[in-house]
Amino acid sequence: MSATATTTARAHPEKNYLNADHTIASWLLTTDHKRIAVLYLISVTFFFFIGSIAAGLVRLELTSSQGLLLTSEAYNKMFSAHGVVMIFFFLLPSIPAAIGNFVIPIQIGARDLAFPRLNLLSWYLYIIAGGLILFALAGGGFDAGWTFYTPLSSLYSDTQITIALVAIFIAGFSSIFTGLNFIVTVHKMRAPGMTWFRMPLMVWANYATSLLMMLGTPVVAITLFLVVLERTLGIGIFSAEIGGDPVLFQHMFWFYSHPAVYIMVLPGMGVISELISAFSKRPVFGYHFVAFSSLAIAGLGFLVWGHHMFISSQSVYLGVIFSLITFLVAVPSAIKVFNWAFTMYKGYVEFKTPMVYAIAFLGLFLIGGLTGLFLAALDTDVHLTGTYFIVAHFHYVMVGSSTIAFLGAVHFWWPKMFGKMYNEFWGTLSAIVIFAGFNFTFFPQFILGYLGMPRRYHYYFFEPAWEVYNVMSTMGASILAIGFLMPAFYLTASLLNGKKAPQNPWGAKGLEWEKAASPPVTFNFSEPVVVTEPAYNYPSADRPGGAMVHQLDQLDEDIEKLEGD
Amino acid sequence: MAEHAAHHHEPGEDVVFGQYETIEQQRESYIVGMWTFLVTEVMFFGGLFLVYTLYRWKYAEVWHGMSLHLNFWLGGINTAVLLLSSFSVAWAVQRAQVGDTKNQIRLLWFTVACACTFLVIKFIEYREKIVHGLYPDWAYQGLPDVEFGPSRLFMSLYFAMTGLHGVHVLVGIIVITTLIFMTKAKAPSISDYIPTEMVALYWHFVDLVWIFLYPLFYLIPA
Repeated sequence: MSATATTTARAHPEKNYLNADHTIASWLLTTDHKRIAVLYLISVTFFFFIGSIAAGLVRLELTSSQGLLLTSEAYNKMFSAHGVVMIFFFLLPSIPAAIGNFVIPIQIGARDLAFPRLNLLSWYLYIIAGGLILFALAGGGFDAGWTFYTPLSSLYSDTQITIALVAIFIAGFSSIFTGLNFIVTVHKMRAPGMTWFRMPLMVWANYATSLLMMLGTPVVAITLFLVVLERTLGIGIFSAEIGGDPVLFQHMFWFYSHPAVYIMVLPGMGVISELISAFSKRPVFGYHFVAFSSLAIAGLGFLVWGHHMFISSQSVYLGVIFSLITFLVAVPSAIKVFNWAFTMYKGYVEFKTPMVYAIAFLGLFLIGGLTGLFLAALDTDVHLTGTYFIVAHFHYVMVGSSTIAFLGAVHFWWPKMFGKMYNEFWGTLSAIVIFAGFNFTFFPQFILGYLGMPRRYHYYFFEPAWEVYNVMSTMGASILAIGFLMPAFYLTASLLNGKKAPQNPWGAKGLEWEKAASPPVTFNFSEPVVVTEPAYNYPSADRPGGAMVHQLDQLDEDIEKLEGD
Repeated sequence: MAEHAAHHHEPGEDVVFGQYETIEQQRESYIVGMWTFLVTEVMFFGGLFLVYTLYRWKYAEVWHGMSLHLNFWLGGINTAVLLLSSFSVAWAVQRAQVGDTKNQIRLLWFTVACACTFLVIKFIEYREKIVHGLYPDWAYQGLPDVEFGPSRLFMSLYFAMTGLHGVHVLVGIIVITTLIFMTKAKAPSISDYIPTEMVALYWHFVDLVWIFLYPLFYLIPA
């Protein structure tokens, strides 16, 4: 089937991966990485809105210190649903499986991922897992948080935890298969001339992410499965009453779940490298450092899990060591931020929608990263852990960084994915509204946390002074919700009657812009790709008139377009 | 690009799927993919081996006492059976490389037979434990000569680890049988020895896990 499609695409250039075939089966049984990416894009967006509804209810509940809206149990289930859906069904697959799936093969000049059928299988596993989690929610929900600490999850909780854990187990394999596919693809499918150090940084970041997926996910899968075994077959590995160690669960859980934080943020960092370079028309400053910092973050990510357990009966010496290694993570993260800033320096910066998202990322990641240092320090962590400070911190990293990067990526590659332009005004506005709403929502939570408000509390009638910050936060969340809904409208509008996108609307470097049509044909390129230059090979702005070169190029393109019309 | 696609296949010719440029690229991708998958598997079992290590270190005496109650001979026979199956599957790969399909299939069937024998023996062992009230759920009865709680922990790990391994054996049986039928049917994707080698790699891994499990459970010194 696929071969025929390519031949047709050559004969009729207007054929692309979207209109190659129109049947439903051609979508549900596709092995084209671009179609699978679109399937993922739709599914993660769906789960994002499910998770958002749960978040909305949590925020609404906390506007009052009395706990008026939900019962305690319903509240517990709500934040558990929010955490599980957002982390396992939105953040983990969002950039790798939806965006990376689309762009990585094109960026390295391949026709598809190494294992297209495995790619489809991983989407089906994700959908099965997603169906199970919805089933668990419909069946009454689960209340042990997204962390599922034993013995609450294994012994005390009488909710749909078993189904939820099985769902996460299956979703884990979906993510493992995506990671495996990326690793093999990056190793073996690069086009002639695409050396390791010519790869776009998006590919490096996703490669590092894949390593984390391969090494971490199986550990959490088996850990959660042991809880399932205890709940169903009575095989208690973490049961204290037979001499087992419930804290061991936490060690094994965080051995994955800390790297999982980097699975969520590293692909976002890859996206930001692409965006900043494309909209500054400059090569990424210190390419090698940015590439290796991804690997460094991945490596260090496996050595810091204990910082989640400073108050979980861990020895102080262990705590000190984990604290020191955690500080080290700041180094590669800072390398990235400084290098992005230097990339823009003397660049020809254009504030198109994706760039506005990228700038928002820089600001929010800075706050998210720096507040991480408060939590890495052993003694401040004892005060702040388990409070809203930590909630604010990880939302700055996961929403402020990963989700914003995801939106930036969607806006950047949207013309490539669907061949349509969106409304630039609404795009920029949505980025600004999200940035404002986000800060409005989560900055008050830093203060709340510092004042000592514990996370996961259903009411706080004993401290009414916290109410004002909570109300502020909920108001911010409403703005944030509007910001998140806006793209749903103008992106749909762009699909329906957007302007046709040219091959390279941003004047960016990269195979996906220079060699592939918008949208690309089924096997990506209509002629074999040979790479002859490094990534981001923009004329240097340091040379006299460097920035001018771009403006002239832009003019040339505009004139060509006018003549074409 | 379309030159390499699967539907141009003629019997006896290598099949290169659409995403690959050359047969070498395809072979190497399969090999890298399989080894990467096995790394994941190592981490998967690794979590359990970590738990085992910690608990054995904490309850060394109980671990020794309980290992005396496992069936040394049945476990030993099973080890021999799996080693034999690893040998036969390796031989099958060699036969596939020289294109001797007939003996390749015979050896694969032999491997499946070994795998089934392993499961039958494992079933007998499980049954024995359950009959003696050693299944580690709430009805666990324990043994008079070992501490009750940790002994249940030992049996929990025993069932979890050998059970997970058993599931892998079962998957191995399914995969090898599928390979046999696809080879017999001359499926286009089985045009060379690489699929057999990939299946064999998986099977060696399953065997290797047992090589660790046997001494760790059955042969614990005082």
